[in-house]
Amino acid sequence: MSAEERNGHDRTLEFTGLIALAVLLVAVPWTLDEFRQQLAAKYLCFAFPAVGLVLLWGYGGVLSLGQGLYFGMGSYFMAMFLKLEAAAQTNTGSALSQFYGSSLPDFMVWNSVEVLPWWWRPFHSLPFTLAAIVVVPPLFAFLLAYANFRKRVGGVYFSIITLALAAIASIVIIGQQGYTGGVNGITDFKTFLGIDILSGGVKRLLYFATVVALFAAVFAARFVLASRTGRILVAIRDREDRVRFSGYNPATFKAFAFAAAALLASIGGALFALQEGLASPSLVGIVPSIEMVIYAAVGGRLSLVGAVWGTLLVFAAKTFFSEHFPEVWLYLLGALFIGVVMFMPTGLAGFTKRLRLAARRGLVAARPAPAAPAGKRLEAK
Amino acid sequence: MILSVTDLAVSFDGFCAVDGLGLAVEEDELRCVIGPNGAGKTTLLDMICGKTRPTRGSIRFKDHELTEMIEYDVTRMGVGRKFQTPSTYEDLTVLENLEISYPKKRGVLGSLFFARDDELTDKVDSVARRIYLGEHLHEKAGSLSHGQKQWLEIGMLLMQDPELLLLDEPVAGMSPRERERTAELLLGISAGRSTIVIEHDMAFVRMIAHKVTVMHQGKVLAEGTMDDIQRDERVIEVYLGG
Repeated sequence: MSAEERNGHDRTLEFTGLIALAVLLVAVPWTLDEFRQQLAAKYLCFAFPAVGLVLLWGYGGVLSLGQGLYFGMGSYFMAMFLKLEAAAQTNTGSALSQFYGSSLPDFMVWNSVEVLPWWWRPFHSLPFTLAAIVVVPPLFAFLLAYANFRKRVGGVYFSIITLALAAIASIVIIGQQGYTGGVNGITDFKTFLGIDILSGGVKRLLYFATVVALFAAVFAARFVLASRTGRILVAIRDREDRVRFSGYNPATFKAFAFAAAALLASIGGALFALQEGLASPSLVGIVPSIEMVIYAAVGGRLSLVGAVWGTLLVFAAKTFFSEHFPEVWLYLLGALFIGVVMFMPTGLAGFTKRLRLAARRGLVAARPAPAAPAGKRLEAK
Repeated sequence: MILSVTDLAVSFDGFCAVDGLGLAVEEDELRCVIGPNGAGKTTLLDMICGKTRPTRGSIRFKDHELTEMIEYDVTRMGVGRKFQTPSTYEDLTVLENLEISYPKKRGVLGSLFFARDDELTDKVDSVARRIYLGEHLHEKAGSLSHGQKQWLEIGMLLMQDPELLLLDEPVAGMSPRERERTAELLLGISAGRSTIVIEHDMAFVRMIAHKVTVMHQGKVLAEGTMDDIQRDERVIEVYLGG
């Protein structure tokens, strides 16, 4: 890998990728049916943690294998709010609320939980819920990361810690069925502040809100990378020991990147719960966490826009393979990952960049001999 | 006296790399430390800048005890360290390397909203010219030649404006022409601050040193002017093999 490829950021390519993405995403509601639009919205929610990983892993050099934890926090916080709203509306809810004096979510009733746990109560409030979504995951992530990095625990060891935490979280959620909905997760809610979130118009609105939020996330991450903090992150990735002798504490910078990635994952999770009507332990554990790393890797871990494209590509492949080859779709998906690792180690972003360079060289080389057949140019390079 | 090292010792797995060493450096002094391989020269610098914790002894810099401090606090105190192999940020440009060495806004948020002002631009320009890299500001550090990387690292130290410069073999791997230019550079930048240089190249030491300390087996063997040192019999014995 050349130095340029490692640093990765190619302005023209990022810009083209961004414009193409905007066109594609705006076109979705008009070209695809409601079911497909819903799928696209779901995919986009997973692009948030992938963008965060570009910042954290691609530029900060910290590989988190547990972003599902933060995605899960966002989705569960949102789902708790929605569930409490749903519980207050349904018949079982109101009948039980008369009996117990407060409305309980259905799964608590099934599990003989008689009183709403104290830590569920604040989620009656939307402002509290939103604050929890943007404050709790980054704060937790910062403290966790700082404690480790200050003691100079890093690299693979830190990755394993993140992985373990995600696994623990999903196990705890499954085990505490009465309080968390267990393996089914928290589901079955239909309204948000009384608005029917299952209607077509609202779904389209939420889809666009997700697109706007995702672009805002990409621009915010771009701002961080373009700042001096971004350059210090690159410096830490490449030569952490030296950075201390430039007078910086690498632990705070890495913990900051980790917190920022957690924030993005949490926002993605909250939007997911809102649109899919689900918060589930299957989106918290090891498998989803590693898939998030794959999205970023497929996109090219040094490209923010690439991460979004990578997420969309992996999900599109998943959907396509599972619909057309239901028996072997997982093998095909595996083959796709192997193909990406073998032939596009720098992901989509690196691949398109190489194509562009090759095409440019091809044109230059072809100029003195215009008679050469056009198709041969690329092959020759 | 800006730096005062007393009875400094460190051992790694029972091996005493530095053993009861004392050293005093005055303000504005340019001190060269020489000695055979394994004498403990680099370890001495490592202990001053906080990279290695001594097992015993004290390092006083101005009025502060450095032995218990973390690397970045020592740096912020005004001690700049150049490593033996050039340590620059290869994926960043010369400009960016110099810029992140600027000793202001070293917190995360400060760095996030840090904007380049005229003062910084001027400083980067003047340092870049001084280290002979004025024409290379937008090149990646990784694409520079070995000698240029050494200069860039010296430039990064200059951006920090340290009161004490620690340079570990600044001319290692340089051509004779580059050595001369580096000597010129060092003489220029050591004015107004104290400098400790570790060097093997005697001709180079003769060009720059005020005073020379000879280390041998973790101890100070001799100290004095270059002429004193070259007449000292113990030094001759150690260097020429007794």
